[in-house]
Amino acid sequence: MRPLLIAALSLGVAAPALADWQQTLDTARGQTVYWNAWGGDARTNAFIAWVGAQTEAKYGVKIEQVKLTDTATAVTQVISEKAAGKDAGGSVDMIWINGPNFLSMKEQGLLHGPFAGDLPNAKYLDLGPDAAASVDFTVPVEGYSSAWRLARFVFTYDSAVVMEHPKDMAGFLAYAQANPGRVTHPDVSNFMGATFLKQALVELAPDRTALQAPVTDAAFATATAPLWEWYDALRPLMWREGKTFPENQSVQQQMLNDGEVDFGVSFDPASAAGAIAEGLLPDTAWVFVPQGGSIGNISFVAIPYNAANREGAEVVANFLLDPATQAHQQNIDVLGSFSVLDPSKLNADQTALFAALPSSPALPKLEDLGPTLLEPHASWMTKLVDAWGERYTK
Amino acid sequence: MRGEGRALRAVVAAVLLGGFVLPIIAGFAQTGRAAFGVLPAIGANEWSLAPWIKLMGLPGFSTSLRLTLVTGIGSTVLALILATGFAALMHSRLATTRRLLTPLLAAPHAALAIGLAFLLAPSGWIARILSPGLTGWDRPPGLATVNDGWGLALIVGLLIKEVPFLLLVIGSALGQLPVREQLAAGRALGYGRGMVWAKVILPQVYPLIRLPIFIVLAFALSVVDMAIILGPSNPPTLAVAIVRWFSAPDIALILPASAAALLQAAVVAGAVALWIGAEKLARWVGLWWLRRGGRGLASGPGLMLAGGAVFGLLALGLLALASLVVWSFAWRWSFPQALPESWSLKGWMTPGNGWGRALKASLVIGLATTLASLTLAIAWLEGEDRARRGRAGWAQALIYLPLLVPQIGFLYGLNVLFLAIGISGGMLAVIWAQMLFVFPYVMIALSDPWRALDRQHLRAAAALGAPPWRRLVAVKLPMLVRPLMVAAAIGFAVSIAQYLPTLFMGAGRIATLTTEAVTLASGSDRRVVGVYAVLQAGLPFLAYGAALLVPGLVYRNRRGLQGGAG
Repeated sequence: MRPLLIAALSLGVAAPALADWQQTLDTARGQTVYWNAWGGDARTNAFIAWVGAQTEAKYGVKIEQVKLTDTATAVTQVISEKAAGKDAGGSVDMIWINGPNFLSMKEQGLLHGPFAGDLPNAKYLDLGPDAAASVDFTVPVEGYSSAWRLARFVFTYDSAVVMEHPKDMAGFLAYAQANPGRVTHPDVSNFMGATFLKQALVELAPDRTALQAPVTDAAFATATAPLWEWYDALRPLMWREGKTFPENQSVQQQMLNDGEVDFGVSFDPASAAGAIAEGLLPDTAWVFVPQGGSIGNISFVAIPYNAANREGAEVVANFLLDPATQAHQQNIDVLGSFSVLDPSKLNADQTALFAALPSSPALPKLEDLGPTLLEPHASWMTKLVDAWGERYTK
Repeated sequence: MRGEGRALRAVVAAVLLGGFVLPIIAGFAQTGRAAFGVLPAIGANEWSLAPWIKLMGLPGFSTSLRLTLVTGIGSTVLALILATGFAALMHSRLATTRRLLTPLLAAPHAALAIGLAFLLAPSGWIARILSPGLTGWDRPPGLATVNDGWGLALIVGLLIKEVPFLLLVIGSALGQLPVREQLAAGRALGYGRGMVWAKVILPQVYPLIRLPIFIVLAFALSVVDMAIILGPSNPPTLAVAIVRWFSAPDIALILPASAAALLQAAVVAGAVALWIGAEKLARWVGLWWLRRGGRGLASGPGLMLAGGAVFGLLALGLLALASLVVWSFAWRWSFPQALPESWSLKGWMTPGNGWGRALKASLVIGLATTLASLTLAIAWLEGEDRARRGRAGWAQALIYLPLLVPQIGFLYGLNVLFLAIGISGGMLAVIWAQMLFVFPYVMIALSDPWRALDRQHLRAAAALGAPPWRRLVAVKLPMLVRPLMVAAAIGFAVSIAQYLPTLFMGAGRIATLTTEAVTLASGSDRRVVGVYAVLQAGLPFLAYGAALLVPGLVYRNRRGLQGGAG
């Protein structure tokens, strides 16, 4: 399964020239990279701090994490800078970015690149042209962003409370009928809330392949009809009758911990194990994936076109792809998110790094995660969110 | 000397115009351009009404607008009724209640809201204390006690912040009136206590607290952080919806978001106009009511109700803050345990990579902002004294403008302006932006005591040949140490609590306790939020403490000033 998940980073970019890379390293020395990343997860923040300590020791590149409540804040900042004519020396050096935000920035010419294919560590990635995730939300990244962690849509629950969890998205309706008020999802204006709907869309759509093409009105009407039928039945049975929603997945996890709802959502298969270690969920917490598999994608970092410390950002992006970094990141005590590298491209020593990692009962094995479903084309997400708003925000 | 006063006033006015008013106008101009379709950075170059049409069609727009009006105007009216009722009941002991109010005044809105959300939620502290023993709940009930569709939880949250603020300004207004004598006279004429209050005292107090009421109204209509935490989410209040639209992945939404930001400003202006209309009506009805001469002996129960409600609110607020302190030392704390099952110092143990730096940034910005605002305020007031003139209406409006226009309306445009002159993303930009909001509060706190200063001392000093400069430094400022300290403490507290200006002007690079706390509140770790919220509320609390202590030290050999100069 794994190779299918791996991002191929750029199309048609030449092999990295080592001399150029040396020049990048020389310029990067002494730079401080302002990495704009969602700051709501303490473990991710700690990991970014660790990366900064490493790159400072190895390459003289410091990292300052700009903790965002929403990735779009960084996008807005870059737009403000462009509006002010500040085309160089911008304040955002690197953004943790995905999906529609990436599409917007790429379309508006707000990104630096292509750079990702030139990173020396890109050689550990599956660059196959038809690799399932050579793209971010089916938008070719074309070297304008670089992978750093693997995301899979999963549900979390407390196995001491929920004896039998739903097997798939359709199963949530039966569950809610038996347990009214115990199911919810993050607000749809939030990325994770939209992902909950997308997972249902992918499972319920009559023809999945239609979701891979840019959306049209006709295709949307056909594909979403079963989704709305399911959701109309589910919504009155949801927490607070589906009239209000938790702000994001962290708030929902807190509600799961408080016992207000029975399920949390996450884009990180290790989230339950991580939350238990942090004392944020009971020891009996567990994750499950819908039977037919779940939506998966890769988290990327991108560099704005006017970044002041572009070279430093490239050094950091490269460091993130280092097998040792990826193994550290996969450690359940650190971040517990799966590696984006292609295992077949690692040597024996590098493979051993991954084999030596500790395990946790709440951490699912890769084979338990089932198949990875493709993200619909990014235009579907925008339209889905709009349509949901028109139907349910009164 | 009058000329000198005029010069001083001119300098201060120039600083205000250049530093405060122009940036706000420039900010609005940027937002306004985008509201009518022009934002070249995203390829929008055509003037049009399309953003407004798009805005009207956005899902939930009318509900958001209604929610904003209900929570904003409703909470302000309620806060005014409760605060005046409470003051009528407790006016002789307002000074002692002030000590109770201090933590609530000092606690930033976001911190209080987080605590209150935990307190009131179906799985919250109150439910945990009562369960399962009294309620029989072994899992939380499905009650909408926070984030309710009516915005009631949001109104309660706003009341907890607004009532203490209004009590503070009512307290200082009462200090200027012979309340006891008038009450005695009223009672002697056979009026009930509440009636004397309503018919004699209130009409004198109201003009003195009118401006703070407008500020409360403007704030309640445009609050963001509290509305996210306590208000409904689908749809949210207009201010929250605007922030969402500004930060939606679909960049084109910036245009209707800008239109909505202008609308938000219009909503505030409209609400203030409505309020002024209601004042006229109340005046007309009030005069008729006064002349009727009813003695209203039965007004007691109403007052008791208001008093009880205020004590209830204060208790909720203090419990909410206490819950955050408990959380900051907790490890696991699940429903229905009344207290954490396990404790930990982990949240407090890692100052290096978190709160240590945020604390330092908050202190530096807070001190710089407060000092600069205080200096400017003293210069303004001294200028008024030397020119022997009261404050013109336009000047008043100028000073309080930043508090009356919604931040979201001009901060985005202001950021573009700061970027263009190249100071965005630095400490200076943040200090500047925060001063917009700190200076007016310092002026509110300082103006009345400054004017109430006994002029005989100044005349004596002048007769002894002290020039104006010396009269300021040797007489006025020492006599005003207490109000100066209170003004500084309020300014510091306001600075600590600033969220949007710090975020926008700091380009996200300047992490203060408040920006970190709000960011973390979007995560789920109440324990870490607890640490930040304790620090966030604790710093201003210390500042208030200092405001109470320092005058005692300075005046230790001046017994006459140790009383109630503040």
